[in-house]
Amino acid sequence: MARFRHLISIDDLNRDDIIHILTKAESFEDVARGKIKSNLLEGKILANLFFEPSTRTRMSFETAMKRLGGDVINLTAQEISSIAKGETLADTVKVISRYVDAIVIRHPLEGSARFASEHSEVPVINAGDGAGQHPTQTLLDLYTIMKECGSLEGLKIALMGDLKYSRTVHSLIKALNLFKNKIYLISPESLRLPEEFSVDAEEVKLEDVIEEIDVLYVTRIQRERFPDEEEYRKVAGSYRITLKVLERAKESLVIMHPLPRVDEIDVSVDKTRHAKYFDQAFYGVPVRMAILCEVML
Amino acid sequence: MKRELVISKIEKGTVIDHINAGKALLVLKILKIGVGSKDTVTLAMNVSSKKMGRKDIVKVANKFIGDEELNRIALIAPKATINLIENYEVRRKFKVKLPRFIEGILRCPNRNCITNSKEPVTPKFHVTLKDDVVTARCHYCGRVIKNVDEFVV
Repeated sequence: MARFRHLISIDDLNRDDIIHILTKAESFEDVARGKIKSNLLEGKILANLFFEPSTRTRMSFETAMKRLGGDVINLTAQEISSIAKGETLADTVKVISRYVDAIVIRHPLEGSARFASEHSEVPVINAGDGAGQHPTQTLLDLYTIMKECGSLEGLKIALMGDLKYSRTVHSLIKALNLFKNKIYLISPESLRLPEEFSVDAEEVKLEDVIEEIDVLYVTRIQRERFPDEEEYRKVAGSYRITLKVLERAKESLVIMHPLPRVDEIDVSVDKTRHAKYFDQAFYGVPVRMAILCEVML
Repeated sequence: MKRELVISKIEKGTVIDHINAGKALLVLKILKIGVGSKDTVTLAMNVSSKKMGRKDIVKVANKFIGDEELNRIALIAPKATINLIENYEVRRKFKVKLPRFIEGILRCPNRNCITNSKEPVTPKFHVTLKDDVVTARCHYCGRVIKNVDEFVV
């Protein structure tokens, strides 16, 4: 029996659920790479309802579904604008859920995915609701850590950048809380992690922990968060990962980033053994395969 | 010395006592008693109280309000006590119990929450009480409200 019908928030999963999905994802890696064929989801149709632009998330769901022998239907930009003119999300979901076997939704309003799940005949997977939740990103982040570090526990993990507004960081912190790790927070004063997260973490400077950390999770610092250009440049410049910054890093340090990056990781870092952000993006496919199978089989 | 009642006894109905001072009108709002309702209501505000210093009291005559509805009062007055009166006697007395989940009483402060859109949705909240402070978390967007009084609709 499935552990969950819908996947709306990482808060809905416990430690066992997470380990279950990640273990399942590992068994799909060869299918995700196209080395093995699978027909597990043959005859099933997934609806991708992306009311906001997305490249990686939408395409990786589509890839995951197709690699498992299933099919995908997408909302076009024209259809989205026609919906925006009048039909409610509730009605859209009621209709489309009668055509397909599962729905993936990204919508600009927070809480929209949970709301959609209440009106859907089939499982709903949240692919991002405004500044709210993006649980499949969190699961692929955890999967990356598990694959690249060999464990989800006993690690020293530094989260760097915009810790105030980044939904990716918020969800990841909550999930990491379920495992025993040392968490470091590295951010400008104005972009600190909100107090409501009350996690056991230490605020540090990167240079003070670079020698000891196992994972460096970098996020984008957005220009629009700053009152003026000058302030932004000052802050963004000091949160930039370069080869020089990594000189004292452990050999096994894993650098992650939810992408897209702007200039917070210098391209010269891409060639180092530390750079795992493109692998991280690939891991989205087996993780989403595991999720799709969980809700549809 | 004989003590005088601030508001007179009712023959039959519901008395809500030990309401936090100044919250009586909010209690009426939660009970949907307002303009247009035909209930006879008397209320006293800032009455001195041994337990609470100051308190409010609301009496609704000729009406036994249901427990579920009354328990919602705990959102803003977690110490409120209820007396159901018949023939001027207390027929039943109990303390309000904070519901764990409420629908349609609070609005979400997050303007980008689905509950503040054109969608057909009733706001729902998960409620907790810690150190006498009520906290409500939006069922949809997860926003946490600590000052619930400000968001009663």
